[in-house]
Amino acid sequence: MIPELGHFALILALLLSVAQAVFNLGGAARGNMAWMAAGRSAVVGQFVFVALAFGSLAWAFIQRDFSVVYVATNSHSQLPLFYRIAAVWGAHEGSLLLWSLCLAGWTLAVAACSGSLEAPFRSRVLGFLGLISIGFQLFMLTTSNPFKRLMPAASEGLDLNPLLQDFALAVHPPILYLGYVGFSVAFAFACATLLEGRLDAAWARWTRPWTLAAWLFLTIGIALGSWWAYYELGWGGWWFWDPVENASFMPWLAGTALIHSLAVTEKRGLFKSWTLLLAVSAFSLSLLGTFLVRSGVLISVHAFATDPKRGIFILAFLTIVIGGALLLYAWRAPRLKSAAGFEVTARESFLLFNNAFLVAALGLILLGTLYPLFMDALELGKISVGPPYFELVFLVPMLPLLALLGVGMHAAWKRGLLGSARNRLYAAAGLGIGGALLIGGAAYGDLRPMTTLGFALALWVMLSALAIPLARIRARQPLPAAVLGMVVAHFGIGLATLGITGVQSFKVEKDFALAVGEAAQIAGYDFRFAAIRDVQGPNFIGVEADIVVTREGSPVTVLHPQKRLYNSGGNPMTEAGIEVGAARDLFAALGDELGQGRWSLRLQYKPLIRYIWLGAILVAFGGLIAALDRRYRVPAQARAGETVPATQ
Amino acid sequence: MTPRRKRLLAVVAILAGVGAATALAMLAFQDNLLYFYNPSQVLAGDAPGGRTFRIGGMVTEGSLQRTEGTLQVRFVVTDYQHSIPVRYEGLLPDLFREGQGVIAHGKLTASGEFAADEVLAKHDENYMPPEVAESLHTPTPARVSE
Repeated sequence: MIPELGHFALILALLLSVAQAVFNLGGAARGNMAWMAAGRSAVVGQFVFVALAFGSLAWAFIQRDFSVVYVATNSHSQLPLFYRIAAVWGAHEGSLLLWSLCLAGWTLAVAACSGSLEAPFRSRVLGFLGLISIGFQLFMLTTSNPFKRLMPAASEGLDLNPLLQDFALAVHPPILYLGYVGFSVAFAFACATLLEGRLDAAWARWTRPWTLAAWLFLTIGIALGSWWAYYELGWGGWWFWDPVENASFMPWLAGTALIHSLAVTEKRGLFKSWTLLLAVSAFSLSLLGTFLVRSGVLISVHAFATDPKRGIFILAFLTIVIGGALLLYAWRAPRLKSAAGFEVTARESFLLFNNAFLVAALGLILLGTLYPLFMDALELGKISVGPPYFELVFLVPMLPLLALLGVGMHAAWKRGLLGSARNRLYAAAGLGIGGALLIGGAAYGDLRPMTTLGFALALWVMLSALAIPLARIRARQPLPAAVLGMVVAHFGIGLATLGITGVQSFKVEKDFALAVGEAAQIAGYDFRFAAIRDVQGPNFIGVEADIVVTREGSPVTVLHPQKRLYNSGGNPMTEAGIEVGAARDLFAALGDELGQGRWSLRLQYKPLIRYIWLGAILVAFGGLIAALDRRYRVPAQARAGETVPATQ
Repeated sequence: MTPRRKRLLAVVAILAGVGAATALAMLAFQDNLLYFYNPSQVLAGDAPGGRTFRIGGMVTEGSLQRTEGTLQVRFVVTDYQHSIPVRYEGLLPDLFREGQGVIAHGKLTASGEFAADEVLAKHDENYMPPEVAESLHTPTPARVSE
């Protein structure tokens, strides 16, 4: 009964999405206030019914209703409650429903917080968001209904993929989706702006906190995914340049470029059409990412084509949304003119370079991700693009980006004479290079050029970020939240760079065959295989090893890697044993029994790896601080007098 | 500067940027494109000698041999028409199993054995790697999991 209610709620949500699109866009076009008011109510209704549908599916999971196909394929009677709820978005159908719920939530937030916008503009934004909702809900109802019944009901579920039975991965999709879907707000703003043909500073000021919010969720989502891959996949890697990862990283790069470009558009009235194009791109890449991961096209271009209903719908939807937005852009963007000029050393130039390098990296990653799909689809052979490709094409634009970032933060708008900042920058550069030589030489006894460059750039960015609040406090100048947020986020970028340089330069990974009592050495640590025993969990059995780690005779830690076999069957899963530290992680994964009492073990030494995720958290936190700046909460009308004229 | 010269300069800058990015992509592609072959193609001589590439197929039942107490393993990869012996030293992935799909990354040795430096079984128990499925000409159940 409850699943049918959910199904029914989803149909009503679709109808309300149609109403949301029609009344808002139609009302705005005809200047009909009653229609626009109705469109706004439809937003609330749509949210309520999508939430009902989502709740019904969650209820089916909680109640272990194996008469629903989706529940039977993704749950199990022994699955703990937390993972039964997380299983709602464990596969294709449910994750689409989660996507739709996120979209309805963002739309509701826009409707609730947009009192200061002019009514027709607000309606157009809500209307475009409604069009996206229609697409997703129609897709679910026609090809991927999560409420489909199984007759007769299964007596037991197939279980959630054991890889997904983990805290980080349970919360990873909702946060990632909040980010993906959050870009739909900037997208709808861009489309509404293009339709109206005018763009002023108030527009940019309005879009900035929404974009920042989406971007910070995406940052956390990506960091969670990386952290999960590190400890759960059992291999100790933190980024694999897998198409699934690239799918979430590309919208992040576009979003990063967008928040920087928006700053120029707000402050100086420049880069207008470029900003709009980035807003369209960020969401288009989010859509592409969702479908790359969820449609099965990555698993096989041909398997994708053998389920033509889903495939054709997805391609049509992508074409309509992306193609439509780009057409609108081509038609209207030439009307938007950026008037002012700026000096070469002004902040605008640095942000221009920021955008150029980010977009270059984005384009090259997109090429590497889609190239194998095209080759395969055109029957030109099966290839894959290896991680070294991505490392190279990402590194090359990032090095100058980081170098310029340190200066750009201190450059002033328009005139850009660095003045008193110059001395601060010389100090940051000197300390950065000195610190890099010190870390490389003293701590690791290694001064390879790329490693030293990486450390120097990391320290340079961190120090030059710190110089801003220090100088402001000394000069008794105020430190607005937007500036503080920028400082924190850029400090985080520097910290992550430090971690990436450290782990890529000095990591040690080695496989060993050890019997109980034997020991192996890596990176100055002794790992002694002390014991192995059986363990039992709520829904698995397994073995656990004790790995006693010592350094020069003094004890460091005991690692407990596990090998688990879940009761629902399937392959064994590796649970790594990890000792977390400020300077390094020690990592042990247990492999197979090799005979003669030996087990295979993968031992790893991962210097500075924690700073990658700590940096990412700071980046997201910086975004949060900036998004909460008071400036963004001042009603637009109150500032109408200072807007930059948009159209000439 | 006249607006005309400014525009010209911008066009030149964009062209230079795009050119540099293309050159970088070509350079990076050169060594990092990995081709995939099934055992029949390898035995027919399609695979490049001396270069790393990937092979894929099913692990033949009963073919997995370990050198007792070491990390050395040997197994046979088959596409049910032809087979290739593979040797590898290291941890096998969780999802590695006889009778299941596998992808190995490495080089062909002079003796016709494939020396793998990486073994992937990147699939859950419900589907096999796409290249494997297709090279076996069996339909792939499209179950997606992250």
